[in-house]
Parts: sequence; C-alpha cells; structure tokens
Amino acid sequence: MLRILLTSLLLTWLGASAALAQTPASPSGFRELLQENFKLIQRSSVKTVGPLLSAIRDGKFEQGAEFLSKWEEKDVWYRKQDNRLFYVKPNAAKAYDLVDIETGEVTATAKKGDLRQIKPNSGVRAMLSAALVEFRLASSDPNIRRESLESISRNAKPEHLKALREAIAVETDADLKTRFGMIERLLAMQYGENTEVRVSAIQSFKESLGLEVRASLNPLLSTSIQHADKLPSGINLARVIVPGQTVLLDDGTTRKQTLIDRLFDRNVEMTVDEAYERLAGKNGLKEVVSREQRDAALVDNLDQGRVGGFNLADLDNENARNRAYRALADAGKVPSSPDGEEIADAVSNHVFYATYDESDKSVTDAARDTLGRINMAVRWNTYLDLFLDAISLASIYFLAAIGLAITFGVMRVINMAHGEFIMMGAYTGYVVQQFITNYTLSILVAIPMAFAVTFAAGVALERLVIRYLYNRPLETLLATFGISIALQQLAKNIFGTQARPLTAPDWLDGALVINDVVSISWIRIAIFALGTIFFAGLWWTLNKTRLGLETRAVVQNPRMAASMGINPDRINMLTFGLGSGIAGIAGVAIGLYAKVTSELGSDYIVQSFMTVVIGGVGNIWGTLAGAGLIGILQKLIENFNPSNTLAAQTYMIIFIIIFIQFRPRGLIALKGRAAEA
Amino acid sequence: MTAANTSLNSGKVALGGPLTRFLMNNPSTLLFIGLLALFTIVTTLLGEGLGIGVVSTSMVKTLGKTLCFCLVAIAMDLVWGFCGILSLGHFAFFGLGGYMIGMWLMYARTEIIVLKAGKAATMPMTPEEIRSAVGEQIFGVVGGSEFPLIWAFADSLFMQLLFVILVPGLLALVFGWLAFRSRVTGVYLSILTQAMTLALALYLFQNDSGLRGNNGLSGLQNLPGMESTPQALVSIWFLWASAFALGLGYLLVKLLVESKLGNVIRAIRDDESRVRFLGYNVEAYKLFIFVLSAVIAAIAGALYYPQAGIINPAEIAPIASIYLAVWVAIGGRGRLYGAVIGAAFVSLLSSWFTGGQIPDIQLGAYRIQWVNWWLVLLGLSFVATTLYAPQGLGGLFDHLSRKKGNPDG
Amino acid sequence: MDSLLEVDGISVTFDGFKAINDLSFVMGACELRAIIGPNGAGKTTFMDIVTGKTRPDTGNVLWGEKNHSLLKKSESEIARMGIGRKFQRPTVFEDQSVEDNLMMSLRNDRSPLRVLFYRYTQEDRSKVLEIASEIGLSNSVSRLAGELSHGQKQWLEIGMLLAQEPKLLMVDEPAAGMTGDERNKTVRLLKRMASTRAVIVVEHDMEFVRNLECRVTVLHEGSVLAEGSLDHVTNTQEVIDVYLGR
Repeated sequence: MLRILLTSLLLTWLGASAALAQTPASPSGFRELLQENFKLIQRSSVKTVGPLLSAIRDGKFEQGAEFLSKWEEKDVWYRKQDNRLFYVKPNAAKAYDLVDIETGEVTATAKKGDLRQIKPNSGVRAMLSAALVEFRLASSDPNIRRESLESISRNAKPEHLKALREAIAVETDADLKTRFGMIERLLAMQYGENTEVRVSAIQSFKESLGLEVRASLNPLLSTSIQHADKLPSGINLARVIVPGQTVLLDDGTTRKQTLIDRLFDRNVEMTVDEAYERLAGKNGLKEVVSREQRDAALVDNLDQGRVGGFNLADLDNENARNRAYRALADAGKVPSSPDGEEIADAVSNHVFYATYDESDKSVTDAARDTLGRINMAVRWNTYLDLFLDAISLASIYFLAAIGLAITFGVMRVINMAHGEFIMMGAYTGYVVQQFITNYTLSILVAIPMAFAVTFAAGVALERLVIRYLYNRPLETLLATFGISIALQQLAKNIFGTQARPLTAPDWLDGALVINDVVSISWIRIAIFALGTIFFAGLWWTLNKTRLGLETRAVVQNPRMAASMGINPDRINMLTFGLGSGIAGIAGVAIGLYAKVTSELGSDYIVQSFMTVVIGGVGNIWGTLAGAGLIGILQKLIENFNPSNTLAAQTYMIIFIIIFIQFRPRGLIALKGRAAEA
Repeated sequence: MTAANTSLNSGKVALGGPLTRFLMNNPSTLLFIGLLALFTIVTTLLGEGLGIGVVSTSMVKTLGKTLCFCLVAIAMDLVWGFCGILSLGHFAFFGLGGYMIGMWLMYARTEIIVLKAGKAATMPMTPEEIRSAVGEQIFGVVGGSEFPLIWAFADSLFMQLLFVILVPGLLALVFGWLAFRSRVTGVYLSILTQAMTLALALYLFQNDSGLRGNNGLSGLQNLPGMESTPQALVSIWFLWASAFALGLGYLLVKLLVESKLGNVIRAIRDDESRVRFLGYNVEAYKLFIFVLSAVIAAIAGALYYPQAGIINPAEIAPIASIYLAVWVAIGGRGRLYGAVIGAAFVSLLSSWFTGGQIPDIQLGAYRIQWVNWWLVLLGLSFVATTLYAPQGLGGLFDHLSRKKGNPDG
Repeated sequence: MDSLLEVDGISVTFDGFKAINDLSFVMGACELRAIIGPNGAGKTTFMDIVTGKTRPDTGNVLWGEKNHSLLKKSESEIARMGIGRKFQRPTVFEDQSVEDNLMMSLRNDRSPLRVLFYRYTQEDRSKVLEIASEIGLSNSVSRLAGELSHGQKQWLEIGMLLAQEPKLLMVDEPAAGMTGDERNKTVRLLKRMASTRAVIVVEHDMEFVRNLECRVTVLHEGSVLAEGSLDHVTNTQEVIDVYLGR
C-alpha cells in the first residue's frame, strides 16, 4: 500500500517536472510569479500545482516558505476585484488588513465580502508540506535548514525523503551534511524505494548507539499475533508461540519457559486461556464465561433461594458455584462455558504465531541483526556508564569514610559523630555562600573553612570525651553517638528542618557526554578529582612525613611507639582532627549534589562504616578498595533492579555480612601481632 | 548480686522448690516482681477500664508500652551487659515481633470488615473472594491486592504467634551464626548488627516488601472480634500482659545469669579467648544468648505494637536500637534492674519532654523549647553518663545499698 | 610411638616474616620440657599453633595415641581434647569468685544447654576445694579473683588448668613477676604436675629452667636450634652464639 502511494507520488513529481519544462517561468519578482500563476493557485490540484512549486523553489524566494505554509494553512486570500493574493489580518474596524505577500506590509484594507479564501485540497496540502520542507531544506540560512531537519526527524513522512536527498547534494556545512545523511538513512530504512536501499540504510547503523536509531528500527520490527489451523507460508514470520510454554526474549526470539525464567518472573508470552480468548466465539467454540458473568448469571437465575440445584447459602465456594452454573447451562438457561479440556483441545488444534508488520523479510532480518548489534554495543556502553557511576559513588564513599578509617585505624575508636562532621562541613559551605555570592570563590573558601571547623570540632571531641575512653571502644561508640544526636538536633535548631542549598558554580553544571549512552556529570568528576587529590595527599602525609611515620608507628604498636618517644596523645589528637577535617570537606562535596539537611551525615554513616569494615583498618589502600567495592557493588545491584534502590542497599548489606565471613579483617588487612592489638 | 553470692548460696540448705529457694536467695528479684505487681494493680485501679479513671487510657497505654521497652532492655542487657555483645540491631527483632502479630491483627480485623460488607451481597462469599477482598483492603495503599507468600498463615493466630518467636529467632540464628563464626567482635560486630537492622528497615520500606512499605501495618489496637470492648479495657489487658511478660522475662533472665551459664557468658564478656582455651565453644554460647535475647525482644515487640496501634519500617531504623543501648547504659548494664530503670526512666522522660508538657524557658532573647532541645540534652547527658558514671543509675543504686550494708543490691 | 604431641615441619609466615620455619618437635606422655629462646624466636607462635589459635601454612600437628591432626580443630575442641594453656599475663575472670573460676574450669560437659541446667554437686565442690588447697587458696574461695595478688592469680590460673585435667599443659613464663619464694613453690608445683601429665614450660629465666631439671629445647628464628639437658644445650656453640654473640 505504502509503496503504491510512494510510486504515485513519484510519478506526480515526474509529471510535474515535465510540465515545468513546457511552461518556463520567467517573472523576476515573487509577487509576479504568483499573480501569473493565479489560476493555478486558485484551483490547485495535485496534477497541476507541481510546476509552480518547482518554480518557487528554483527561484529561491525568501518569502516562499511563508507563502507555502500560509497556503497550506488556508491563510491566503484574494481580492475578488483584481484577483490579487494577500494574507489577511482582522483589524479594529471589523474589516481586514491586507498584507502584501512580497513585502509583508499592510497595503490596503477590505471588507470580508470583497475577499475570498484559497482552500487547497488535502492532496495539494500534502504536496505543499513536502515542498515546504524542501524549500526550508534549501534555505540559505543554516539554522532554518537545521530546524527543518529536526522537524523531519521528529515527524518523518515518505515524501521528505526526496527533498532530503536533494538537499544533501548541495549542502555545504559539513556538520549539517552529516546530520542530513543520518536523517536520510533513517528515512530510507522506512521509506526507501526498494529493498536494497532500505537494507543498506539499516545496515549502515550497525556501529551506532543512538536512541534515535533504535526508535526508528523498532517500528520496523513490530509484530502482530495471529493464529491459524496450520502455519501459513508466504508470511514474514517473527516467531511461533506455544501457548503456556514459550517466553519471549529481549532479542525477539522465544524459548520454552525454564525454571530460571520462573524464578525471575519471566512469564509465558501467551497463556492457554489467553490463546483460547482469541479463538472463542468462532467456529462453534464457546465463549469463556468469566467469574463475574457466572456469578451474575447465578444471581439472575435465583429462584426462591435456590439456583442450579443448590441452596444459595451453599454457594460459598468456587466448586459449588461452578457446578450450579453447569446445571443452569445444562438446563439451557445460560450459555455453557468451555471446560479445561475443550479449551486445551481448541488451542492445540491451532497454531499461534507472530508476523512482522513489515512484509519484506530482508528488511526485518537486517533490522533484527542491526538492532541486535546496537543493543549489544549499548549494553557494553551501559556497563561503562555504570562503571563510571560506580567510580564516582566510590569516591564519595571514600571521602566520607577515609576520616573514619584514619581515626579507627589509629585509635581503634569508632566515631559515630563522623556523619555529623560531614553535615557540619556541608552547613559550613552553606553559611559561606551566604556571605560570598560568587559560587566558584565560595566553594574555594568553603573547603578550607569546612576543614578548619570540623578539625576544631574533632580536636575538641577528642580532648573532651574520647581520650578518657581509650581502651573502651564500645563506650566510645556510645559516647560519640550521644554527641551525634546532640549535634544533629542542634543543627535542626539552628538551620531548621528544611533543606538548605549549596550551589555549585556554573562550570560544574551539566555533564560530560561521551556518547548517547555514556555521560557523567561534572560535579561527580569534580568529586572524583577531590577524592583522588585526598588519596594522594593522605598517602603522602602518611608515608613521607614525620607525622605519618609517627602515626603508622602508633597504629602498629602504640606501646612501643610511646617508648620510642612518640607522644601518642598528640598523634591521637592530630589524627582525630585530621579525620574529622576530611569529613568536613567530604561534607562540602556531598552538599554540592545532595541537599544539605541535618540528616545528611546519617545518610552516609552506615555506608562509611561498611567501607571501613570491608576495606580493613589502618591502611588507606584498604579504604580505597572498600569504597571501590561498595560503589561498584551498589551500582551493579541497582542495575539488576533499577526501580528499587532500597532493595539494592538491602542486598548490599547482606553481601557485606557474607563477605565478612571470608575476609573478617577486610580486603587489605594487617596480619600478625599488629592485627591483634 | 555478684557471682560470689550465688556460689555461697549454692551451699545453703534447700527450702521448698528450687524456684522458691532462688527467690529467697535473690531478694532483689522478689522485690522487683513485687513492685511490678503493685504497679500494675495500682495502675489498673486508677485506670479508666476497671478503676476510678484518674489515669487516662492513653497514659495506661504509655505505661504498658514502657513495660515492653523494659523487657527489650532486659534482652539488651543480657546480650550486652552480660555477654559483651553490643548489638545495635535489637529493634529489628522487636519490630519483627510486632510485624508478625500485626499481620494477624490486621488480617483478622479486615476479614471481619469484609465479611460484614459481604453480607449485603446476594451470594455468600467464597474463600477466594474473601481473601482477595481482604487483600485489596490491606494492599490497596501500595497498589496491590495479591497476598504475598509471607502472609500465607496470616489468618491463623497460632501460626503468627509462633512466627513471633520463629522469624526473629531464625534471623538472629543466621546472622549470629555468620557473625560469630567469623569471629567478628567489638565495634565491628556492633556495626554489622546496625547494618542488619538498616538492611531490614530499607527492605521493609519498599512497597513490594509484602508488608505495605512505609505505610506499615495499622489499626493494630483493635482486637479482632472485640470491637465492642472499649480501648480503656483493652489497654488494661495489655498492661497486664506486658507486666506478666516483663516479670517472667526478668525472672528467667535472672535465673540464667545466676546459673553456671551466666558465669560462662560473663567470662566470655571479660576474656573471650581465655574461655575458648578452657574448652568452651564460645561461638555456641554467644549464639545461644543472641538468639534468646532476640526472641525476648520479639515478644516485647509483639506486646508493644498492639498498644501503639501502628508499626512501620521507621521503627526498625538503626537509631531505635541505639536508643535501646542508651537506655541500658544510662540504667546501668550488667544488672537487670538497671536496664529496667534505664528504659523506663529515659523513655518516659523522653515522651514527657517531647510531649510539650515541660514549660519553655525564656533565656534572654531566646526561648528554649524543650521539644527542640530534649535530644541535645539527652545526647550530652548520655556522654556525661559514659564519662562519669559508667555504671549508670543502677551503679548509683548499688552504691547506696552497699552503704546501707545490704550485700544484695 | 608413645609420643603425646608430635609437631611435624610446621611453618608460618606473617606478612613475609617467617615466624616459624620448618619446626619439628616431639613430646612424651609424662614429660616436663622447657622451651627457651630469645625474643622473636617463635615461642608464643609455637604455642598458638598447638592450641589452635594460629593455623600453620605447612606442616602438621598430631596428638595422642591415635595421632589426631589438630590443624582443623578449633581452640575449644583442642582444649577439650586435653591441652591446657597458661598465658604469660595471668588471665583469670576478675569479676568472679575463685570458686566460680575453678568451677567453670572443671572437666564437665561444656555444651550450652548442659551448662545452663548444671546443678552444683557435692563431688564437684569437693574437687574445687581440693584444687584450691593445692594452689594455696583454700581461704580465698569466695573472694573475687580480681582481689587476689599477682602471684595468687598465677596460681589460680594454674589451678584452673588443673581443674581442666589436661594431658598436656603449656605454661608461658610462669615465673614472670614472682618473688623468689613464689618461684620455688611454682617449680615444685610444675614438677609435681609433670608426674601425671606432660608439661611444656616456656621461660626466659635460666635459673628457673635449671631448677626444673628437665630436657630443654632451644628455639631460634622459628626452628629448633638445640635440644637436650640444660648443660648440654648451654655448651652448644650455636646457642652460645645466639645468646651471647650479638
């Protein structure tokens, strides 16, 4: 059908060009050209309008596009007295302003009775629309060309194809030309003049990833489900469906339902009952009586509290109702319902299958193949995207956990208020932004400020509370929890319960787009960079400075370190301050993409704990490994069930509990006596 | 109170049955049970249900709930104060107990409503119709109507009561087995227990968890088939049930910690590896205690939530379990009455403060509203307790009673 | 073979450091043996391996007449099989009475339920009192272990080991922190214990070892350097080098 239409259109065009050759258009002005062809415009028909359209196009008139679109929208009028064409505009004096087509200026006014509207028929309008596209595609303004192209890509019609091809030939802008070519191939997949053109267009997208391509390929593979006594030949068969047995896979193929399919809730494509629904009512096959219909029939046939030989009171189960209905059916009062055997028989006597709506097998084969390759490529790119996501999540966890890992590693102290230090850092960032309105500058100020504030808070906590609780880790955990609830409530009292914004500078807006599938937001990249800087900085501090040396000594053997003249008190205070300070900076980073609330810290604290537990203590590599593992794991699980991030976290925690079975001391653990301290 | 007494007592001549002897030798337990009974009777006499009505029904409920908190605090004290396992996840068991009984309460009550509505229809309802109508009522809020598998026995009170013990017990068994087997101890273990309760809470927060997501289970205060009984009376029943459970729990745990097993678990708390070299399978003991205390917590939860009327996943969030540890720490761990005092004192004080019953204080330009400052106060006083009174309120008790020369606190 | 304990070519490495290096060792059923060696010779790690606290990378540990391998056993199983261990620092349960400490150590069923429903019997009580008198704590039975002096705690711990009735006793530096009088008492106690069971004493103090009058094994860098009487080993050149020739 489509092809016939296409052919006829093509023929029309060919005819039109021939007509044009016979009547060469000579006038130089647009208005003259139109007036000259007035009769053609007034009584336009598909057969005659072609040459005029070509003339308008070839004359490259700037007003051409406007005219064609007004013509199509029935906005062109003419004055009866001189057959002059105008656009019209109602004016205040209940009359019409006449707008000159060439200059666009109001040249006269007229009463409605003096004017007549030009109404092209639908065939002409389709031609006008195509010509308009062509006209715009040939426009000298690249923006109009681009705009027009995009409108085609959104709403493609067969007639656009030719215009596109012509436009490509003369397109000079390289970018635009590529895009032209792409849209042309998208159109050619669907509307190409023959199988070869279509197949080659389809195959040209093998390496593509675009959503657009997938959106254009999918309709080519649309199917409809049919049934027959036996499988007919000469159809473009997509798949055979065995009711109650086969499942439809993502790649369009089918297989028998397996136990694994059942576990993952992959249901059969068509149940036996659904198959029967398609058959019922024809060839003497009875309609299925639904439960509601059955119950309604029973109520209708109620006679003195009895129906179908049953007392009403006994109809309190399915079995009784079915038997009562069957009794009614046997008595001929209601249509009988097919029983299971009849249904199974009828279904097994038929074959169910899906055919492609597209009849050309070469096209569907090519489309399936190409779509398969694209989906494969998309899948790999999705994994890459997932990996990037995981890395950025890991850097957040790393930032949030590293301070905790340091204090835990050095002092064997779990600081439950660590999350509140993160929150403090974020609020510091918020407060700084109240005074410094330049976002870039304010972030640059906020980072050291947050470090200073939380460093001080950490040192204060260590001096006032924690140092009295050394060697009582559980008490420390509880005492710091007391601090945590106090700080959280304090933040609520000061800043209120509503979320406060911490705005990122403009240059962190948006995302780095690598291809149609892979993109990563600049904020996350910045956080990754921050994480990397911190990792490097910490590594350097711990391995190359005196403080680091002393810290490592205290980690490995506090008593020995003390006897070597290291003051563990000072080391403890500094490391606690350092750990807290990093939490503050993590708070600024987290605040940039999450809202700042008093609960900000507690949202991250458990994950931070997990990171430390998984990574193993006393080693920043461990924290890195822990953060990496948790980040990747969380994203992977989320990918399994994207709609459900809550479940993802549940499964992750279960994984961690099981992980601990195999590496109780974490991924990177100290061994020997040091580990038992 | 100390183990030394027990062993000396063990040499005494038996009078009456072993339980009587135990109570005579542990006057503190006798005193506790006596006080509990007195409290319950006095509250009943003052309440609206059976008494003169001085104490409002909601107050009776609060008191009943507080008794449940005391019971879960005893469970916490057993596992933490005596066995040294700081569990930050005991509210997972408490909440699961509540969910298990809540499922029956909600199912049975909805079924009654559905049956009542079904009377209007011409035909009597089939079991399938009843079930699907109940399902629609219960799961409509989360956009479902099908009963998940876990509701398979929701219509049976007996099964759900069994589940109150089995489900949390099984969770504790599996979790404990995994955790203790891999020798996770100290803060690591605390964090893992916290993760456990977080995982459970997050799971329950989903709409397709089968337990109505964040809506939780509601209307639990209405006992099925007793619609005509006023809440004033129901609250008294639950008060008695809670008091009975608390008394029994106290007695059983007391018996346990005063037995030789009590000595072993205290030894595990003090030096786990030494106990191992004595030939005791430390993991088995920890697991036994962990599961036992989980079951006690679950029973407390099963009594608590019908009084609270609603349970949702937020109840299981890690913070609740940490508060539990706070109660026990403030009350004084390693002594059961300390846990009871801590739970009662802090939870009542908390509802008093956050209930807005304390007048605000005008401090210059700033008005201190206790609703906002209570948590700050609690947090700081908790830090102070840890620093200056590690034995908690119970320690204070011991100190006073020792001064009076009574050796058995 | 009437060996009680046979350690066969064990090695263990911590982060690249070989704590035990191809160590072999045999003990008879009623033997008193002293193990000496400088710091880091692997004495504690050796005890850790025998008692199941540390798993060796290679080698085997065989126990008893039936030559059971101890490698797959947990600490508590090994303890129940009859190996008792005394730590360097006295580790008694300070919050509990001397009697409770001893009672807990008595060789009874150690499964949780049996322990829960355990009732004190006259027999167990007399056993406890007997041990208490042997370690000189008859008068302190009801005192809290935490109130005892350092030496008394050491004895209480030895008493707890006696209550376990082990076939092999491993004692880590029993004389540390003891007065001369207490030392002599300890030597006598150890010798008496060795008459009915095997005892391994790990000790630094040469004088103490000399008083034990037993076979001596010298460990160095994770393996056996020399074995024999104290006079024999102290005259061995390698031992002199290790102890004196820095």
